[in-house]
Amino acid sequence: MTILAHVFTLLAVTAGALLFLAGTIGLLRFPDTLSRLHALSKADNLGLALIVLGLLPQAASLTDGLKLILIWLLAQLSAATASQLIAGSLNRRKSGP
Amino acid sequence: MTAALTPTTLFGLGGAALVGIGLFMVITHPSLLRRVVGFNLIGAGIFLVFGVIARRGAAAGFAGDPVPQALVITGIVVAFSATALAVALLRRLFDLTGRRDFDSEAPSASQSRGEP
Amino acid sequence: MTLLFDLALVAWLIALAGHIAMTREDRNAIVAFIAFGLLLGLAWVRLSALDVALTEVAIGGGVTGVLLLSAEAHLRKPLAQDSAQDRPHDGRRRLGNVGTIAAALASAAVTAGLALAVLALPTPAPTLAPVAAAALDTTGLGNPVTAVLLAYRALDTLLEKVVLLLALVGVWSLAPDRTWGGAPSLAPAVAPEPLVYLARVLPPIGVVIAVYMFWVGADAPGGTFQAGTVLAAMWLIVMLAGLRQPPDTAHRVLRLLLVGGPALFLAVGFLGFFIADGFLSYPEPIAKPLILGIEAALTLSIAATLAMLVAGPAQKAPEP
Repeated sequence: MTILAHVFTLLAVTAGALLFLAGTIGLLRFPDTLSRLHALSKADNLGLALIVLGLLPQAASLTDGLKLILIWLLAQLSAATASQLIAGSLNRRKSGP
Repeated sequence: MTAALTPTTLFGLGGAALVGIGLFMVITHPSLLRRVVGFNLIGAGIFLVFGVIARRGAAAGFAGDPVPQALVITGIVVAFSATALAVALLRRLFDLTGRRDFDSEAPSASQSRGEP
Repeated sequence: MTLLFDLALVAWLIALAGHIAMTREDRNAIVAFIAFGLLLGLAWVRLSALDVALTEVAIGGGVTGVLLLSAEAHLRKPLAQDSAQDRPHDGRRRLGNVGTIAAALASAAVTAGLALAVLALPTPAPTLAPVAAAALDTTGLGNPVTAVLLAYRALDTLLEKVVLLLALVGVWSLAPDRTWGGAPSLAPAVAPEPLVYLARVLPPIGVVIAVYMFWVGADAPGGTFQAGTVLAAMWLIVMLAGLRQPPDTAHRVLRLLLVGGPALFLAVGFLGFFIADGFLSYPEPIAKPLILGIEAALTLSIAATLAMLVAGPAQKAPEP
């Protein structure tokens, strides 16, 4: 069972790290702000989700696992808000005076 | 010399480099706000060197000497309060004279404020 | 493997510092500085100093970032039409070439000296860890860093609170006469919708996290500074979104809150003359409750002081 858990952790965390890499490449390569935001939110949402999911079997206790999930939720909340704020300020600048 | 080159001292060398970069910013950068950032870089570097001393002092089951660690926490808070004071002085200077860097000729208060 | 990670981390820190020094726009430099603060937090984790890592991320990255960003926006605003003032720094140095080279050499010499000092640190390293461990039982605490901050070196912590208050007095003194005693202004004219949403959702969670950090600080990484910073951040986000206006700087409750923590600390310190061995010493049986009480008051004071430091001097005339 523990070996299975380790393999799961390894796969999920690796997949999450790869997503972060892809998101970072997108952030550096995409031409405009909105598509860069798109790349970033993919990495944030799914990449962090996979890493947290992968770390869950390694959590020493139930509270540790809950803390990991809480971190993911908080990161989601702040990432979503930040994306909206950046996109909003971009909109205002385009249609502004 | 090489015997001392452990991962821990690596951070100490990094801290030394940060102090140098920050010091250079504080001396030469024309923007006053950037000098405040440079002051924070110096602080970060010095804290890092101190953190290396704490880590080397690991004993009695602790991963580091708690005394320097606690002093660094105090230092971070004091550095923040100094930064806040510097930023407030800078904002007031700008409000009164329109100056924000050392480079440009400061426009006199009447020039920047006179025309509505 | 971990050596590779450490190398990459240190290289990133130095590269970011170089970027902060060289980039043309102040705003880019400040954003890079926030990222630098977060990476520095990772470095502190690698140095096994979790308490410091939390403080660095919360204060060095977070609160300092807000302070610098809002200052940058302020310095950019009123003279926006003035093209001569709006130009980014074009690398012209006030010092001229010779001066710049001299400054670079001097900075490099300081770095080299520090590096040599780091390499020449004595082995075995001098440490106070065994002494700290031996006395830990008498404080009733489990986290040695909290024990140092609140018991062994309590005088440092007390004076640091005074420094925070002095800095706030300095910031407040910069208010023009007509706004003296009034409220600072933080929120933009129209707060963006997502920010308002965040300011409604996040604070309840943040307050719980702050209380948790304060409570586990006795035995695990965490404590007053970290909890106070999280509380300050929650208050700041509510004020930034315009849900609550910043209080008048002359407000009695605010001033009581600011002074309360250090005052209680000082009072318990003097009490030490009568019920224990001297100034700032605690009688052993009630050491832990005393420390926790001081910490609770300090957490609130730190939160109020940090938030007010970021909010800056008064900008509106006081309400009658």
